[in-house]
Amino acid sequence: MSEPDGPLVLGIETSCDETGVGIVRGRTLLADAVASSVDEHARFGGVVPEVASRAHLEAMVPTVERACETAGVRLHDVDAIAVTSGPGLAGALLVGVAAAKALALALGKPIYGVNHLAAHVAVDQLEHGPLPEPCLAMLVSGGHSSLLRVTDVTTGVQPMGSTIDDAAGEAFDKVARLLGLPFPGGPHIDRVAREGSSVYVDFPRGLTSRRDLERHRFDFSFSGLKTAVARWVEARERSGEPVPVADVAASFQEAVCDVLVRKALDAARSEGIEDLLIGGGVAANSRLRAMAEERAAGLGIRVRVPRPGLCTDNGAMVAALGAEMVARGRTASSLDLPADSSMPVTEVLAG
Amino acid sequence: MLLAFDTATPQVSVAITDRDDPERVLVELTSERAMKHGEQLAPLIAEALERCGLVRQDLTALAVGVGPGPFTGLRVGLVTARTLAHVLEIPVYGVCSLDVLAVEAVDTGALGAPDEGTEFAVATDARRKEVYLARYDGTGARLSGPVVDRPAQLATDGPVVGEGALLYPDSFPHAVGPSRPSAGWLARAVAGERAELHDPEPMYLRRPDATMPGTPKRVS
Ligand SMILES: [Zn+2]
Repeated sequence: MSEPDGPLVLGIETSCDETGVGIVRGRTLLADAVASSVDEHARFGGVVPEVASRAHLEAMVPTVERACETAGVRLHDVDAIAVTSGPGLAGALLVGVAAAKALALALGKPIYGVNHLAAHVAVDQLEHGPLPEPCLAMLVSGGHSSLLRVTDVTTGVQPMGSTIDDAAGEAFDKVARLLGLPFPGGPHIDRVAREGSSVYVDFPRGLTSRRDLERHRFDFSFSGLKTAVARWVEARERSGEPVPVADVAASFQEAVCDVLVRKALDAARSEGIEDLLIGGGVAANSRLRAMAEERAAGLGIRVRVPRPGLCTDNGAMVAALGAEMVARGRTASSLDLPADSSMPVTEVLAG
Repeated sequence: MLLAFDTATPQVSVAITDRDDPERVLVELTSERAMKHGEQLAPLIAEALERCGLVRQDLTALAVGVGPGPFTGLRVGLVTARTLAHVLEIPVYGVCSLDVLAVEAVDTGALGAPDEGTEFAVATDARRKEVYLARYDGTGARLSGPVVDRPAQLATDGPVVGEGALLYPDSFPHAVGPSRPSAGWLARAVAGERAELHDPEPMYLRRPDATMPGTPKRVS
């Protein structure tokens, strides 16, 4: 470790459509450079893997340069390289992993191939200080919806529940499309929902019936909700009445947030955990934050949500986890570490 | 010291050339397992340096095959080359992977005496029952291409270098020379200025597969 305040780590994230390069020193964020190809995907209504991979290749070196400039550090001063090894889009991950290896090789520094989900958890340290362990992490985005029990963010992450069909963010995207709102749907639903009534339609809460709770207590399902919204909208259109977009958006958002918060708090309580951390792109949703804080307060549970820029995929989160790996003396990955599109969350560090 | 690598085929190939005699290849390594570019390239580079008793700071230039070839592997080579070049502050030269096969075929006499001037083609596997193909004059200079198409559309009785000829003998009955581009010949092609040098940009030749969404499917 070169500095008393922690290792200087550069992190690379390319699991989906953002090319992220972050630099941290210990738990201090120095730079978080992100190049997004989201505009190129918008017209397809979802992320096109090959388009994302091509964009990662073009953005990689410029984004590394930008991160170094912002942080005011030279690449040669970096103590270690961290990279998202998985899970994610295979071809996209591979660009980041190959770039990280080239950096490690050219700088003569160790490389840590880390789990994307654990990185979503570790990023909160950059904003709110050391992570309380154990904590209950709920990660919700276009690609994930999971409840994790985190005893040690570098080695001990156990899945408690996840979606059995669509990811939470996917439901936002699909409902946005139904309502004629642009991709990605999350921010647009959040925006128009502020003008609508959250109790206008009582949309179903997936996997919350007594029977479902026996088998899927901490799992999510958003596919039925999406279909229910579609049916409701179609019925309105058939009757020739205008669709109250703001009310539908608010009612849908309420249903998603209700299930997420209910299950997350239930999971925390069942484990006797007093800290809930929410991450992933959907954590930027204003209603989710407000509802979680309100309900958790009543249970004596503290809620931590990183600021929106750190919730979406970025390189800083990977650097944050990498710095924790170095600080806790974990063994670095080897140069033949793979990009693993289905990396299990229990594998926090690739071999 | 030139470090060269090509990832435009299922294999990864890495080579390093001599400082004083740039056309002399000191070491050439080829990966064992197919389609594992991301896992194998960096360790192969490290091993090549070690076998030559070199450190990374000894490298003075990079050469990389820019395809055409399967995209995923191709990008591993290109992002590695760009990143290494950025950190080591050395130039990186991109060479069409088909040109490398052409140079090897000519220089090893696979097409007969080098001055005979026989035109030939290089064809590699583009998958989806297609090939990448370019045409060359007898010295190995590219005349046209590369293009991607069905073998039958590009069929020729003339000599054809590369894996494409072996895969589609009906369209390319006259297969000659090497089948896959080697990093050793990539290095020689750059050192001997035998091939056109490009920026390290991938030759994709195909657009990404993506479908425009229609209107949402009705559920009721
Ligand atoms: Zn994510």
